[in-house]
Amino acid sequence: MKRLLKLSAVTALATATLAMAGTLEDVQKAGVLKCGVNTGLPGFSEADSKGQWRGLDVDYCRALAAVVLGDATKVKYVPLNAKERFTALQSGEIDVLSRNTTNTETRDTSLGINFTGVMYYDGQGFMVPRALGVKSAKELDGATVCIQAGTTTELNLADYFRSNNMKFKAITFDTNDQVTKAFASGRCDVLTTDASGLYATRTKLKDPDKYVVLPEIISKEPLAPAVRQGDDQWFDIAKWTRNALLTAEEKGVAMANVDEAAAKSTDPEVRRLLSVEGKMCENLKLPKGCFANAIKQVGNYGEIFERNVGVKTPLKIERGLNALWNKGGIQYSPPFR
Amino acid sequence: MPAFLRNEKVRGILYQIITIALFIAFLFFVAQNTAHNIEQRGIKTGFDFLHATAGFDITESPIPYTPMDTHLKVFEVGLLNTLIVSFWGIVFSSLLGLLIGVWRLSPNWLINRIAAAYIETFRNIPVLLQILFWYNVVLATLPSTRQSINLFDTVFINNRGFFMPEFVFGPGAWMIGAALFLAVVAIYLISRWAKKRQEKTGEQFPVFLTGLILLILLPLLAYFLAGRPITAVMPELHGFNFRGGKTYTPEFLALLFALSIYTATFIAEAIRSGIEAVPKGQKEAATSLGLSPLQQLRLVVLPQAVRIAIPSIINQYLNLIKNSSLAAAIGYPELVTIFAGTSLNQTGQALEILLITMLTYLMISLIVSLILNWFNAKMKIKER
Ligand SMILES: N[C@@H](CCC(=O)N[C@@H](CS)C(=O)NCC(=O)O)C(=O)O
Repeated sequence: MKRLLKLSAVTALATATLAMAGTLEDVQKAGVLKCGVNTGLPGFSEADSKGQWRGLDVDYCRALAAVVLGDATKVKYVPLNAKERFTALQSGEIDVLSRNTTNTETRDTSLGINFTGVMYYDGQGFMVPRALGVKSAKELDGATVCIQAGTTTELNLADYFRSNNMKFKAITFDTNDQVTKAFASGRCDVLTTDASGLYATRTKLKDPDKYVVLPEIISKEPLAPAVRQGDDQWFDIAKWTRNALLTAEEKGVAMANVDEAAAKSTDPEVRRLLSVEGKMCENLKLPKGCFANAIKQVGNYGEIFERNVGVKTPLKIERGLNALWNKGGIQYSPPFR
Repeated sequence: MPAFLRNEKVRGILYQIITIALFIAFLFFVAQNTAHNIEQRGIKTGFDFLHATAGFDITESPIPYTPMDTHLKVFEVGLLNTLIVSFWGIVFSSLLGLLIGVWRLSPNWLINRIAAAYIETFRNIPVLLQILFWYNVVLATLPSTRQSINLFDTVFINNRGFFMPEFVFGPGAWMIGAALFLAVVAIYLISRWAKKRQEKTGEQFPVFLTGLILLILLPLLAYFLAGRPITAVMPELHGFNFRGGKTYTPEFLALLFALSIYTATFIAEAIRSGIEAVPKGQKEAATSLGLSPLQQLRLVVLPQAVRIAIPSIINQYLNLIKNSSLAAAIGYPELVTIFAGTSLNQTGQALEILLITMLTYLMISLIVSLILNWFNAKMKIKER
């Protein structure tokens, strides 16, 4: 499968004179948004027992589909592991990659992709069996560490151990399932990935209480959706979809009250966001009310966060950095004007 | 139609020229298009990445490797790991295949059935599943580091691998190698002499026993004469893991197991059909010469059977090498896993890396088949 994907990417690059712009037209013509998501990371992207996709990354796909097509259900999910994701985007197999992917300089500049706004501010952490008695990452000299291939995780890990003058042995797998299984069976002492991923993975372990997450956060992992480079219109749409979700939260516009806000709100920015005033959607070549559709069908950023990963979910993640800028976090949207 | 086109030969050549021209035009079109698309996309190109720092660790490497090394080094490590697992896979699958192939034709009902069951089972399960199976067996059944199975404080077995003493050769160790070489030369000379004598006088000489004694005694003598230059470094538990000594990881072992067991079924079948292709008269002649069944097999049947089987065994060796790339499923760091996998993902240069990888496999396959074809030609029964 993986090799097929890679080869198909290469063939796509080789044969088709791929339309550079025009993702919007393609999506509108197909009537469905092809969204690359994680194969299975609770809270971010996971298919439930009925085959229904759920999660924060999934909700971004749904919001984008609502903005572009007016219907949050018009999404075709393409599950991808870390190694496959960029090739899938480059080859046009997906229209947008929404899969806990860190925005880094190298990826942004050399993969032919562009990152839109950050959906989740994360950082890399460590998880160990409680029985090991380790209290800090600084005690991990000589440890065996399970990681996933093709991630920023494996690079940060090497950097961290080098700068702390410690030795380690990496055991690298292609999927998070393999990483988790190997960790659970004792093949390695430590599992490391994005902190969000640690909490998600811990819910999958047989006895979650037997494992502890160490206090150190060793990296910055701004997780952001990405689109192909060279299609600015599509890039704008992807970016402003995320901004709309944030602005909605900031202005208190939610799933339940969006119609009411459109009818009654006197706040000029809310009126522009919901297409009561101005030409926000038209500027993006989209029909009026595009953002209102997303908020109505998927909710604002806060709702999406709490529903998928918040303190009332098994992941129990605090807003932290992901709180709005005026609530102690750093989530911030440029103005709708 | 002009006159020259009515000539069939001319037409044939013309068709070939047109086909080749079209093919070249097609390649040119593909190359152009690729370059254009890649450039427009802003995807990085070229082979500079080979000299950029890789930045990630590799589970096991036969040569020193750190995350500070380059992607070129990653390529080397991957290639070496591919060659190592393929080499041992070929050795073990050949031995196992030979054994099972002979058993398959055994007149003993039980042995015959066991061999048949082995072949039918392992040949029909996809090798990828077998790799995953052995990996999970290793991980699930072996104890953790602290509960390691301890064999005389020298070998430790746990779910992170087999930890064995590693032998370090001090000064003077060359004497042992020389003694070994001497023993081999002596055995060769003795067996030649014994053969000649047997042809002349009919008397037999215990070549095997003498050889074995020489093979053990000479190096042992050298070992003591040179003042015991070989020392063993024992694996020792340090903090999280065993250090020192030689380690065979579960990834390596599972892959080696699966590849050997799977490929052995095909080699066994090749050997079996080779044996069956040896004319009955050969065996009857051997019986009438008074050779024991084992001697018949060893001296008359197998040498001919193996010759017949070699071409298809070559194919199986090549398959094994290619199948080793399935290691990605369990993370054994061979060429496809780390170079066409991790390096590709970290640099994003799919085209270049896939090209290098495919060319490398092509080269390995060509070299292996060249060597084996040469061997095959040499071994062929010379018809007189
Ligand atoms: N944010 C990091 C890591 C992303 C990543 O792939 N994380 C892993 C571990 S949490 C994952 O999502 N694995 C799920 C899977 O592939 O099934 C990156 O962009 O490289």
